[in-house]
Amino acid sequence: MSEQALIERRPLTRLGGLGRTLRRIMREPLGALGLSLVVFVVLMALFADVLASYPSTKLSPADRFQPASWQHLLGTDHLGRDLFSRVLHGGRIALAIALGATGASLVIGIVLGLIAGYGPRWLDNLMLLLFDALKSFPTVMLALTLVTLTGPSLTAVVVVVVLVSVPGYARIIRTQTLVLKSAEHVMAARSMGASTARILAVHIMPNVIGPILILASMDIPVVVAIEAGLSFLGLGVRPPMPSWGSILNDGFANIRDSYWIVVAGGLPIVLTTLGFTFLGETLRDVFDPRLRGRG
Amino acid sequence: MTVLDVRDLSVDFATEDGALQALKKVELTVPKNRIVGVVGESGCGKSTLINAILGLLADNGSVTSGRILFEEGQDLAHLDGAAMRALRGRKIATVFQDPMGALNPVLSVGRQMRDIQYRSGLSRREKDTRSVAMLRKVRIPDPEKRLAQFPHEFSGGMKQRIAIAMALMMEPSLLIADEPTTALDATLEVTIIELLKELQQQIGCSVLFISHHLGVIAELCDEMIVMYAGEVVERGTTRDIFHNARHPYTRKLLACDPARLSHRAARLPTIPGTLPDLRRRPAGCVFQARCEIADGVCSTMPPDAVVTEGHVARCWHTSEALAVEATA
Amino acid sequence: MLRYALKRLGLGIVIVSVAMMMLFAMVYVIPGDPASVALGPRATPQMIEALRARMGLDQPIWMQFLKFYTSAFRGDLGTEVLSGRQVLDVVFEQVPFTLALIAGAISWSVLLGIPLGCIAAVRRGGFVDRVVGILSVAVIALPSFVIAIYSLLIFAVALRWLPAIGAGEPGNLKSQLMALILPSLAVGLGWVGYIARMVRASMLETLEASHIRTARAFGLSDRRITYSYALRIAILPTITLLGVGIGHMLSSSVFAEIVFARPGIGKLVYEAISVRNYPIVTGAVLVTTVFFVVVNVLADIVIGALDPRVRASFD
Repeated sequence: MSEQALIERRPLTRLGGLGRTLRRIMREPLGALGLSLVVFVVLMALFADVLASYPSTKLSPADRFQPASWQHLLGTDHLGRDLFSRVLHGGRIALAIALGATGASLVIGIVLGLIAGYGPRWLDNLMLLLFDALKSFPTVMLALTLVTLTGPSLTAVVVVVVLVSVPGYARIIRTQTLVLKSAEHVMAARSMGASTARILAVHIMPNVIGPILILASMDIPVVVAIEAGLSFLGLGVRPPMPSWGSILNDGFANIRDSYWIVVAGGLPIVLTTLGFTFLGETLRDVFDPRLRGRG
Repeated sequence: MTVLDVRDLSVDFATEDGALQALKKVELTVPKNRIVGVVGESGCGKSTLINAILGLLADNGSVTSGRILFEEGQDLAHLDGAAMRALRGRKIATVFQDPMGALNPVLSVGRQMRDIQYRSGLSRREKDTRSVAMLRKVRIPDPEKRLAQFPHEFSGGMKQRIAIAMALMMEPSLLIADEPTTALDATLEVTIIELLKELQQQIGCSVLFISHHLGVIAELCDEMIVMYAGEVVERGTTRDIFHNARHPYTRKLLACDPARLSHRAARLPTIPGTLPDLRRRPAGCVFQARCEIADGVCSTMPPDAVVTEGHVARCWHTSEALAVEATA
Repeated sequence: MLRYALKRLGLGIVIVSVAMMMLFAMVYVIPGDPASVALGPRATPQMIEALRARMGLDQPIWMQFLKFYTSAFRGDLGTEVLSGRQVLDVVFEQVPFTLALIAGAISWSVLLGIPLGCIAAVRRGGFVDRVVGILSVAVIALPSFVIAIYSLLIFAVALRWLPAIGAGEPGNLKSQLMALILPSLAVGLGWVGYIARMVRASMLETLEASHIRTARAFGLSDRRITYSYALRIAILPTITLLGVGIGHMLSSSVFAEIVFARPGIGKLVYEAISVRNYPIVTGAVLVTTVFFVVVNVLADIVIGALDPRVRASFD
């Protein structure tokens, strides 16, 4: 009997065809709203160059503190920069960081989780302890310490995100791996002499990847918030590069007279976090109700 | 005089695939001071019967016909929520199957016993005194001290005694015991049964005793009904039914009881087949699909055939039932 | 109970020790020397060398490590580089403000979240349930600093109902409370959502339990069953949730303190960063971490006291 014949694959989550997935999401009102917001935000960021009529970093002292108008859809800031352009270009940076940092956390989390779940007992316990200790730092405090030592940078933001989200992914992968390790089809493969790498790649990974991707999609708004938050504190994206957080920071200094700057900086954050969260919640409810409460 | 008189009771549950008739034309009487048993496989409608009597049917369940007359003729099937609630616990008390989960885990036993006396108008101290007396009656050692303890500090048997103490504390006229011994081991079962019998005589209440354990029913009950797929297929005195069962289902049930097997069997006998789909009840006899002596006439509704006074079997072939087994 | 508490406490101490190790490692591994960071780019090598000696950075790594541990467990987090004050004193000065902020946030989340979750569970599937559900998701998703800035804009700048900055006049409780409303709402609003969702879910689960059926069979009123018998069990996870939540609230309080110009640990750390006052930063982070772990240990012990089942399962 071949090894394949012994395998009974029972994936936790099957994302199915893309079309069917989309239809199921659009059936839920919250999912439809979430998906529309996400598509809107992504399109705005992708076509920032076409849609924005001003360069995002161009100073124009004559146009300082202009409220919203047809020339400047969201107004201008204290340096006369067009806020609409800055918001669109800030969106590119926010989404790029969100995807990059989440991807990096996923890869590291999966590797560590597989090691913890499949490796020896003492290593598992040691890693759990490290994860617990890492989670006992409040996120922003951890970020502040790190940035104090390295100075503000995009890399620092990504490192903070990785440090904060890896324990969560790793823990779930670990638990699933532990369950699967003793499952019949894995035992069978092992008894037939499959290598550890092969077992992990062929038998375990396909079964754990679904739930972890859903959780990762739900973490995207959290990462967007971390980037914006650190940039708001002046610890993330450095000026003159646009970021939603730094727009908020610029506006905050002038909140009494020029309210539209904070509105312009906050609005994309609100739309993005709500959009991704609504979408993620729907994805989870549709595909894996068991994950409820872990997000 | 009867304490409970269920007449022509039908209960439907609304489901996605249409109405599910869980009870169909159930007839049942519980005379004063008597213990009446209800027997049947799981899924036969025992729990629905209890919930209908207690007015605790799930939201999608409703009584579609019949009456549940209690004591002086109050119809429980059509009583409003508040009046029903006033009866529960005071006039009609219940002991449930699962002693582990039947008590609230985060409240002390004393608190729970005090709470159910809320209609008594007694002071807190008096309520506790009654609780202690009741715990003593069900032979919980050191009851004063035990009152402050939580359910998880008691064994399964003790929890079931506490549940019985709680049920009988308000001296109800009807006690519903829903498989109270199923989750317990055999020796505990005997002591609980004896305790129930003793307390029933002391208090003078009637008991509706639900079980799938025929031995317990024989031991405890004066009268019994046999249920199948939500219908009462046979009812009468316990003695009559055990010695002279006339419904093929009852006879099968008796034949499958391990305690009554006359010869050593390598494998316990079972009744072949499964319960019919209650959303699409068969026309005629509900047992026909699994019955060995069913014939053409069984596809029309069988009559309530009177075997002897008070012993009724719902079957066309009450006399053939005896003959078939004699030759088999 | 005592054994359970001690076990939990032991685990907490281990976690704090490991967290300290990480903090130490982070400072050591990351390129950049704390002394030169503290003195800034214009420092001469002699100045840096002198400060390194004062901070003990010239000693071998294991000596530094040992010293860090022993002094930290004696409550000595070192002295501030510039003023020479004890770091612990500087941090503790700010603790009451942050504690008040978090207490306020917890009040918001508990006082709004538990009733909302309860109502949603009782009216399951109804209009109220749906609205509470969507609002919960929304407030969980919104970052606290956006809530802080927008609430400042609306209630303090535009409507002028509440003060925009500060912690209120010392000694004047009313003004302190007024100054607490908006910042604590910003920190706690997301947790209203978390708690409402959790209470709803655990309430629905509890109402299905067989002891609830028993309570009904004894004729207890729906009100008593819902709010006394079921809620008592359904709110237990809230305590654990809030224990975990304290960490997030500490993060959010950094933003709230900066936006509303409130004194507190977050503001202390933020300002310490801009003048590169590195011992204050690690000291404050250590204090908040210990606080977070202690709160979680306490939460577990409280749960153990309230829920006899947890105690039993831990043995």
